[in-house]
Parts: sequence; structure tokens; C-alpha cells
Amino acid sequence: MMAWTDQLIIVPILLPLVTGAVMLLLNERRRALKGAIGIAAALALLAVALMLLRMADMSPAEAGASSLRVYRLGDWSAPFGIVLVLDRLSALMLVLTSVLGLATLLYSLARWHRAGPRFHTIFQLQLMGLNGAFLTGDIFNLFVFFEVLLAASYGLVLHGAGLLRVRAGLAYIVINLTASLLFLIGACLAYGVTGTLNMADLARLIPALSAEDSTLLAAAAAILGTAFLMKAGVWPLNFWLPTTYAAASAPAAAMFAVMSKLGIYVVLRLWTLLFGADAGALAGFGANWMLFAGMLTIVFGTVGVLASQSMPRLAGCSVLVSSGTLIAALGTGSDAIIGPALFYLVSSTLAIAAFFLLVELVERMRDPGADVLAVTMEAYGDDDIGEEEVGVAIPATIALLGGSFIACALLLAGLPPLSGFVAKFALMAAMLKSDAAIRVSTWVLIGLLTVSGLATLIAMTRSGISSFWARIDDSVPRVRIVEMAPVLALLLLCLGLTIGGGPVLRYMEATRQSLKSPQAYVTGVLPVANYGTVHEEKSP
Amino acid sequence: MMELIVAIAIGILTSSGVWLLLRPRTFQVIIGLSLLSYAVNLFIFSMGRLRIGAAPVLKSAEAVDPALYADPLPQALVLTAIVINFAMTALFLVVLLASRGLTGTDHVDGREDA
Repeated sequence: MMAWTDQLIIVPILLPLVTGAVMLLLNERRRALKGAIGIAAALALLAVALMLLRMADMSPAEAGASSLRVYRLGDWSAPFGIVLVLDRLSALMLVLTSVLGLATLLYSLARWHRAGPRFHTIFQLQLMGLNGAFLTGDIFNLFVFFEVLLAASYGLVLHGAGLLRVRAGLAYIVINLTASLLFLIGACLAYGVTGTLNMADLARLIPALSAEDSTLLAAAAAILGTAFLMKAGVWPLNFWLPTTYAAASAPAAAMFAVMSKLGIYVVLRLWTLLFGADAGALAGFGANWMLFAGMLTIVFGTVGVLASQSMPRLAGCSVLVSSGTLIAALGTGSDAIIGPALFYLVSSTLAIAAFFLLVELVERMRDPGADVLAVTMEAYGDDDIGEEEVGVAIPATIALLGGSFIACALLLAGLPPLSGFVAKFALMAAMLKSDAAIRVSTWVLIGLLTVSGLATLIAMTRSGISSFWARIDDSVPRVRIVEMAPVLALLLLCLGLTIGGGPVLRYMEATRQSLKSPQAYVTGVLPVANYGTVHEEKSP
Repeated sequence: MMELIVAIAIGILTSSGVWLLLRPRTFQVIIGLSLLSYAVNLFIFSMGRLRIGAAPVLKSAEAVDPALYADPLPQALVLTAIVINFAMTALFLVVLLASRGLTGTDHVDGREDA
């Protein structure tokens, strides 16, 4: 018998699905109603995610043997049925997604949700795909949720139409379809070797694999990893990313900030689970690849940040720097680094999303005539633009925009007093704390982190000067409260992360400990009592 | 023998798909993606081991020897993969046509090489 709180685990998937489906039934013209439903659903999602976070963070005494919660779909026990698994890591990602979902949806209510059809439905499906991917405990189910969120993201990339978006969207779709095919090959190769798709069951079977089977499994893991790293934007699989993110509309790009982190999440989840210390011959598989690919990504992103002529592109390249930092940090293979890396993940995702939203407002003041949105709205045949302006223009616009811009610069460059500094400092401290002699590659990584921060600072200062101090005309852009509020809220959250750094880092540390004991995950997911320990050898 | 034929078929489909994927015209790209997805579907299917004349569904409720049956899971996976790939190809086709209409060319970059 399950308590009602256990049913909450599936809510982050069902709620956006139902909301999106309901909004398909409503006429496109009823935007106020759709907006209200969307916001209500996003608020409910945030509330559920926070409750799940509390559930996941219960001490072992309160929660029983482990903090792991398993939701069996159709009540089939793993590995025969698909399970959803809630632990600290997935709860953290759920909260991050729902915070960003609420902020970007609020922002889009000002104008973007009118720029194309079915925006709200696509947006909710994107949330559903992300939440599902964070919760699932089955590799093929993960593929399905990847496809759900990718299909929605194709819609979001193209939202607002226009030549630039279609051109970027074309490349984006081809890349992601190819990545999905790699995902399928990897997942099915793993199935062919082990006979299971359940992550916990995979982790249980890997140490016992024979030599030739473990070679095949390593190939499967490498192919899967390629697909995930493509998603995360790791060099050399990331040339599409800055172009696509820069071309996408601001709310879509802000959501994509967390979509890139999904790639990191999956790598972290599968890598710690499958190739932890107990994995026998395959323990720590691919760590050096991740370290060097991550460092090269930082270099590529840093060069891109410095070379960016426009702010959306700069934001896109910051995504690369952030992904590279995370992958390289994981690749160092040190235990202590996972906690700080998660802190960095949260902080940088919030900062990049805020920056994407802010960039659109700042760009508006650079060239008020050539508003991309105005053009696309005309093409879409919208006739009630004038009367439906949501919210009022706010005073002291320039001061607010400038202040937020400075905050974004500090966060992305990792300077005190905001959370970007705490994150980078904790990362470096964890790298230097290891007992063994510090490797050369670690020193190089620390150098790269510092240089990338400096380069970000230079690029942000340059574009800040050209947008705020050296403006050609003195027009003040019309910025509404619903557009400014999400940006400020995200930045305030980063401030909150700084002030509440202690508790947050404690949570991340607890997350690290549960990630470092895959055995607890395996026993939590698989019912040991009615399931044998040895798989039948598959007939030839 | 059967394994060899299937492996060669997957190899030919994959190599043709990759070659077409790298071509500059959008139509070639979409055909390449289709060929690649056929290859992947065959690959998934073969991951359940190739069997002839073995049913994937148990016919009786009594205990039976699983070695007499084909693995049904890859067949279910293939079905899912086919549906998803089909939908994605249709969606890509729409974007391809939009790009053709907006840019006036079927080059993947949206402009002809100089």
C-alpha cells in the first residue's frame, strides 16, 4: 500500500502532459486563459518538485532504509517493468527545471507566447520530457523522454519562425536525430550484452561480465556517452549549439540552458552508477576522455565568448564553458568534486537562463526599429497586438537592466560576491584537496577555469560598455514588469544560493554520498527477495 | 550465414546513410537519416539474437523453456523506434520545406556555395 505522497513522483510527468493536452483544445485566440493555465500548472509543478525535494532529502531515520523512492509503473517490479526513481539528484534537477519553467513562462507572457501557434502546449511538453528524463530508471524509457523533449524543443527553436530560426533549426534537428540514433544503438547494444535495460540491473550485472562482453559493453557506453555529450555540447560535437541557442527566442533559449544540463545529468547518473568503484574492470571507464573533452570544450567556449559579436551568441558560448567545466570536473574522477560540481551546475544554469532572458531586453534598446518579433507577428497575421500588452512599462529601466547585466557578468565569470564565485572556488578547492599528488591535468584545468572566467569578464565588459555606455541613440526600451521580474527572480535565487551556500552545499554533499554508493541504488530499485541473482545465459 | 547477411545489410545501410547525411542537399540528408534509422532498427532487432521459427509470445501459462522462444523485447523496442523515427522524419520534412521556401535553395546552409 502506497502513501499518497508516493504518488507524487509521477506528477511532474503527468501534470505538464495533461496541461498541454487541455490547452490543445482551447482556441488559439484565448491567450489570457492559456497563459493563466500555464502559470498555474508551472506553479503547481514547482510546489510538487519542492515536496519531492523534501522527500528525497529526508534523513534515513525518517525514510526507512534508504532515501530512494521507487515508483513502479503498472506495479511491475524492476527489472520487468519500468520504474521511476526519485533520489536527491533527480529531485534537485526537477526543482531546477520547474524554477526555470515558471520564470521563462512568465517572461513569455509579455509577448513571446503570441509569436506562434501552440506555444503553451509545446512548452508544457518540453517540461514533461525533461522531468521524465530526470526521473526514469530505465535506459529505453530515457530515450523516449529524450524524444519527447527533443520534439518539443524543435517546436521551441522554430517558435517565432523567421529565416535565422529555420536555418538554425534545420541543423539542430539533423544533429539531434543523429544523436538519437546513436542513443538507440548504445542502449540496444547494452541490452544485447546484459539482457536488461534497467539502470540498476545493468549496474548489478556489469561487475560479473566476461572479458569480451565487457568490451562490448564499453563500446555501448562510449556510443551512449557520445549521444549525451552531443546534447551537453561538448567539443567537438557542439558547433551547432551557439548558433541554435542564439537564434532561438529568449524563453526557448532559457529553457535550453537546462536541456544542455540534461546531458550532464545523464552522464553523471549512469557513469557513477555503472562505472563506480565496484564495476570491476570497467571502473572509471572513460574518465580521461571526459577530462580532456571537457577541457577542450572550455577552450572552445572561451574563444567563442571572446569572439562573439552579439550578446545572444555570447550567452550560447557561456553554455559551452559551463558544460565543459562540468564534464572536465567529473572527468578528474575525484570523489569530492561532485558536490561542488552540482552547485556549479545549479548556479550556472540559473545565471545563463537569466542572461538569455536579459539579452533580449538589452538588444531591444540597441535597435528598437528592427524588432524581430514585430516582423514575425506580422507574418503570423496577428491583429490584436496593440491592445493586449501585458503589464506596464517600468521606470528606471536602464538602471535595472544594467544592474542585472552586471550581476550576470559576475555570475558567469565567477567573481565574488555572487554564487558563481562560491561554485568555482568550491570546485578548485575540491580539486586541490585530494590526498594523492595533484596531477598536471588538474593544474591545467584550474588554469583553464581561471582564464575562462577572465575571458568571460572581458567579453561581458565589452558588450556592456557598447550597450549601456556607448549607445548611439538615447531611446529607452519598453520593458514590462513580467519581463523584468523573472530575470530579477533568477538573479535573486543566485544571491540566495550564495547566502544559503552552507545548507545547499550540505545537500549537494549528501547527493554525492548517495551517488557514490550505487549499491544502495541497486538494492533500492530491485526487489531482492523475488528475483534471482544470476541471469539466464541467453541462448545463442 | 543469416548473421552475415544481416550484418552486411546493416553495414551497407549505415555507410550509405552516413554518406548521404554529409551531402549538401537537404533531400539527401533526409534520405540519409531514413537509411540510418533503418540500419538502427535492424540492429536493435538483431540484438535479440536472430532466430527462425520461434514465437516471441508464450502460448501457455505453464512453465516453458524460454530457449524455445524469441526475445520479444527488441521487437517492442523496434516498434517504438520506428514510430518515433517516422514522426521525427515527418517533422524534419516540414522544416526542410520551410527552409526551401524561406531561402529559395535546398542547400543545408540555406545558401549556395560561392
